[in-house]
Amino acid sequence: MQQAGTQIAARTAEIISELRGLEGPLLPILHEIQHQFGHVPAESLPVIAQALNISNAEVHGVVTFYHDYRKEPAGRHVLKLCQAEACQSMGSDAVAAKLKQLLGIGFHETTKDGSVTLEPVYCLGLCACAPSAMLDGEVIGRVSDPETIDEIVEAVRG
Amino acid sequence: MKPRIYIPGDSGALALGADKVAKAITSELSARGLVAEIVRNGSRGMFWLEPLVEVQTTTGRVAYGPVKAKDVASLFDAGFLTGGAHAKSLGTTEDLPFLKAQTRLTFARCGLTDPLSLEDYRAHGGLRGLERAVAMAPAEIVKTVTESGLRGRGGAGFPTGIKWNTVLNAVADRKYIVCNADEGDSATFADRMIMEGDPFVLIEGMAIAGIATGATKGFVYIRSEYPHAVRAMEKAIVIARSYGMLGPAVLGSPNAFDMEVRVGAGAYVCGEETSLLNSLEGKRGVVRAKPPLPAIQGLFGKPTVINNVISLASVPVILDKGAEHYKNFGMGRSRGTIPIQIAGNVKHGGLFEAAFGMTLGEIVDGIGGGTATGRPVKAVQVGGPLGAYFPRALFDTPFDYEAFAAKDGLIGHAGITVFDDTADMLKQARFAMEFCAIESCGKCTPCRIGSTRGVETIDRISAGIEPEKNLALVTDLCNTMKFGSLCALGGFTPYPVMSAIKHFGEDFAPKPVREAAE
Repeated sequence: MQQAGTQIAARTAEIISELRGLEGPLLPILHEIQHQFGHVPAESLPVIAQALNISNAEVHGVVTFYHDYRKEPAGRHVLKLCQAEACQSMGSDAVAAKLKQLLGIGFHETTKDGSVTLEPVYCLGLCACAPSAMLDGEVIGRVSDPETIDEIVEAVRG
Repeated sequence: MKPRIYIPGDSGALALGADKVAKAITSELSARGLVAEIVRNGSRGMFWLEPLVEVQTTTGRVAYGPVKAKDVASLFDAGFLTGGAHAKSLGTTEDLPFLKAQTRLTFARCGLTDPLSLEDYRAHGGLRGLERAVAMAPAEIVKTVTESGLRGRGGAGFPTGIKWNTVLNAVADRKYIVCNADEGDSATFADRMIMEGDPFVLIEGMAIAGIATGATKGFVYIRSEYPHAVRAMEKAIVIARSYGMLGPAVLGSPNAFDMEVRVGAGAYVCGEETSLLNSLEGKRGVVRAKPPLPAIQGLFGKPTVINNVISLASVPVILDKGAEHYKNFGMGRSRGTIPIQIAGNVKHGGLFEAAFGMTLGEIVDGIGGGTATGRPVKAVQVGGPLGAYFPRALFDTPFDYEAFAAKDGLIGHAGITVFDDTADMLKQARFAMEFCAIESCGKCTPCRIGSTRGVETIDRISAGIEPEKNLALVTDLCNTMKFGSLCALGGFTPYPVMSAIKHFGEDFAPKPVREAAE
């Protein structure tokens, strides 16, 4: 555990040194850390604070402000279901209820086997082919189609 | 001539299977020993027809849609490479009524060109605005934009030229152009479409803004929910730089301007300009009090132009064709064109660019063709989650900033969500408050606490607990939020709530009454 923490700190320092030349580097650094580790590990925060000469509290404040940053790794797949108005008008509530039931989890939860994390998202800009979803970064329109729901469930269980 | 096939790479088309279609066409070509050029264009904006495949023929582009991978073999059998007839034939693309009825100024190239080909961009009228701008004095550019009547397309409708003039006149060692591409409003996708379908027009608009105001650095802040737009913009910037459209000497002129993409992190409130600036600086996306205006003290305390994607992307055509040309479209104080995004429960959903002035009814019933479910339209929300719900009775309202304000609504970023008669407006009002509670930055009390109290109070109405008293309480709360919030999130959440109460009062009646009425 100690060693894992040291490795995270070392990799964090590398990422910082690559990006610290940017104007306003904190978000790009956090994005890259999350990209590397799948979440923003607690071990990274003091390293960032030290390097950017800001307090631990400031880094903590930024990480916790934004919905995207995870404290813990997500499941192997991440399924985001749009729950905004245009998707609501096309039955996104029912789609969410169905997928929650099929996967046995609620929003912001991960299945016990770690296969999938389910999250709401407020707009993917696919409002003319609602309701929409995003599975591991791939966009899916008209997700209310029962066949599409089956395909999603199959994909995340694989 | 090698046949040319257009298969959109727009994420709306991808969401409906465009990549599968492209793959099927590629393998069918090789199976039949044929050669063709495949262009992954932007979307034409007709999402009920996506994936919309087009073929270049001697008589123009011929469209087929919506194409599924399983249609591909039969398309080849029907000779679609030369425009052959097929069940999915739509005829000449330009003659499709949805396209023909539009006035495409900002979206002139979107869906037509290869988004990452600068030659294509140039061949279709690109770069002419920037070429003119480098030969003009900064004040002259600002004057042209002011005279065009262009107003901020993000939603606030502030005159773009006046904002630019403030930055031009501000004295500083460094100034910035920030493009707000944090398009978080439901029913809006114009920014996404232009970034994916014609990214150079945004780069051109930002470079013009830089030259006009003396800013040398630009940022495009794109929401993380738009990974395809992020990739398209990043690639386009590299190409633009290698061509000299960006860099120390823009198009060989003495003006320096360069830009980069920044990605948001899932906070809706960062679409508010001051919280976006904080986010770019690496801080919590908390709203700043104004004054000082960003034009005076913006990013890193420096004078900053912060404009929406569509505002900036409309600048090249204004510089190219002149302020007069742009201004001649529209009505009242709403000049030029607006890309209306028709979404939700609608038959013909998509992007429709037109001069201001069409009525809401013409847009929803005429262009949109009514609901997708075939049921009657009950309500339309105009302007995203902070926009009012309009009943059919207000369908004669013309699409114009002032006309919508006069009806207690707003056009915002011009997104329209259509709801059929199964919609429960109490539920929609509750969602408006809930969304505000989820996304509030927490800086001001009316928004931070009011939104949560709003949800609770609407829940009490829903449960039939002292409904009249609680309705009065919601009204009072909305008043406090409207006038006491720092930004549009808390300040405009009352629009959907109060419009739902005002126009759809029956949905707020106590449950037993509602059930008896059914």
